[in-house]
Amino acid sequence: MKRLLNTLFVTTQGAYLCREGETVVVRADHETKLQVPIHTLSGIVCFGRVSCSPPLMGLCGERGVLISFHSEYGKFLARMHGPVSGNVLLRREQYRRADDPQSSSDIARSVVLAKISNCRTVLQRTLRDHPSNPNASALKKAAGSLARLLITLQESIALDVVRGREGEAARIYFNVFEHLILAQKDHFYFRDRSKRPPLDPMNALLSFLYAILAHDVTYALESVGLDPAVGFLHRDRPGRPGLALDLMEEFRPILADRVALSLVNRQQVKGKGFKRTETGAVLMDNKTRKEVLVAYQKRKTEEIQHPFIGEKVAVGLLPYVQALLMARFLRGDLDGYPPFIWR
Amino acid sequence: MFEEEDLLPISALSQLLYCERRAALIYVEGLWNENLYTAEGHHLHDRAHLSDSEVRGVLRIVRGLYLRSLRLGLTGKADVVEFHRLREDMQNGTRIEGVSGFWRPFPVEYKRGRLRHEREYEVQLCAQALCLEEMLSVNISSGALYYGKTARRLKVAFDDNLRRETEEAARSLHDLCRKGETPRARYEKKCNKCSMRDLCMPKTTGVKRNVMRYLNRIVESDSGEES
Repeated sequence: MKRLLNTLFVTTQGAYLCREGETVVVRADHETKLQVPIHTLSGIVCFGRVSCSPPLMGLCGERGVLISFHSEYGKFLARMHGPVSGNVLLRREQYRRADDPQSSSDIARSVVLAKISNCRTVLQRTLRDHPSNPNASALKKAAGSLARLLITLQESIALDVVRGREGEAARIYFNVFEHLILAQKDHFYFRDRSKRPPLDPMNALLSFLYAILAHDVTYALESVGLDPAVGFLHRDRPGRPGLALDLMEEFRPILADRVALSLVNRQQVKGKGFKRTETGAVLMDNKTRKEVLVAYQKRKTEEIQHPFIGEKVAVGLLPYVQALLMARFLRGDLDGYPPFIWR
Repeated sequence: MFEEEDLLPISALSQLLYCERRAALIYVEGLWNENLYTAEGHHLHDRAHLSDSEVRGVLRIVRGLYLRSLRLGLTGKADVVEFHRLREDMQNGTRIEGVSGFWRPFPVEYKRGRLRHEREYEVQLCAQALCLEEMLSVNISSGALYYGKTARRLKVAFDDNLRRETEEAARSLHDLCRKGETPRARYEKKCNKCSMRDLCMPKTTGVKRNVMRYLNRIVESDSGEES
């Protein structure tokens, strides 16, 4: 399997990244904070006021290292990549299938099915690890509703119906998400999902993790030659990475929600690490952000059995494996897109 | 006859003979792209440092010669072509610009590792010879594979069989690229050593797996737990 390369996250405000030979140098406060060889990196993610020199961007473009820029909250702003790579036949097939309602809904159905099943596994894990959870019955009920929704996805349905089912599942899941928070309940609670901007610490945490995940999935898609912008479940909208968002669905529960919950439940992040601004928008401080990134990177190194390919895979490579499976399906090697199901 | 823009790399022939799917993944799917830039780097490096010739009496050693055949639709570069000086015999020889006499070309392809007979390398070498024949209007009867690790040479005669096989390989390569379809994977022992393995996924894509059944199994196990 492809080596799990590192992502360099830069959160220091005012940092300047530049090239020195075959290395990336991070400068801040007039000194060199870090120097890493380019070949050990798969991506560079910048948060807030961070800048990059053109020669460094050139080096990254040449080596297929994706640079993305995010706001301080983690909201995606822009990304930089080198020459378009990969297979034109593959991309054309991707566009043809995206134009075809039947193909689109079949792929979307696979993705949504995996997302719902993985959300359900998140609920089941909490039930299993904390049998005395006072809200066990609500969690059980939600898991049951999700299982029933899954049955309705077994046969071909129109894309709009798939989207409706997804919305229903998200409602059921986020309705009981509150019950998955088992510690620091006065700081971390969950009423509903708010994104622009996140209005409470839990939402800030989730948004930040989703942004990083989107970067990873986008990079994985680009590395196999797919166009991250053209999706099946998510339709084209300029500036929106439709296919990256599609592929992300199956990973949100595993790679983001679980990481956020365990950071809170193990008290690795604290309420005081979040600042409520005058508009109600909630911001994370630098220390918290680092804590989240470390936990995310750690999660990526864990190994997991892939139920379709039947091999052990590092969690961090899952987006890449799924991107490959999507490409192999579009090129006719598989009779459908097999999403990742977490067990 | 092929047009210049339709030429395919000579090295693709040995990929094709090793595994059709591997060749398709590289030349149809463009999956080598990530390495293309490094390859171009090497290419320039080669040109800068190795495109020179050496003269040792009746032997001229030329490195990095560009080759092509419009008849077979191939293009590439020879590691080394030796030119052996002939006595008065223009039948089997060619002229070299700026040098007197007649010379017989003898292609040498460098391979890593130790000496071994690999048909795909012989085909690759033969293709180089066919390019040289077309470009220089000369007949080439043999060449050699040079194995770096043991510094041994394997002489290869370009007999009718090898020539026919080479021409057939060139035809299949063009067919493969024209069709744009990637052959289905077939898992074999050699897959374990193949550098394209992760991209090919022979164990996953080789057997026709049923994705719908995989999904239904998930749904059934999830809803089974509920009841």
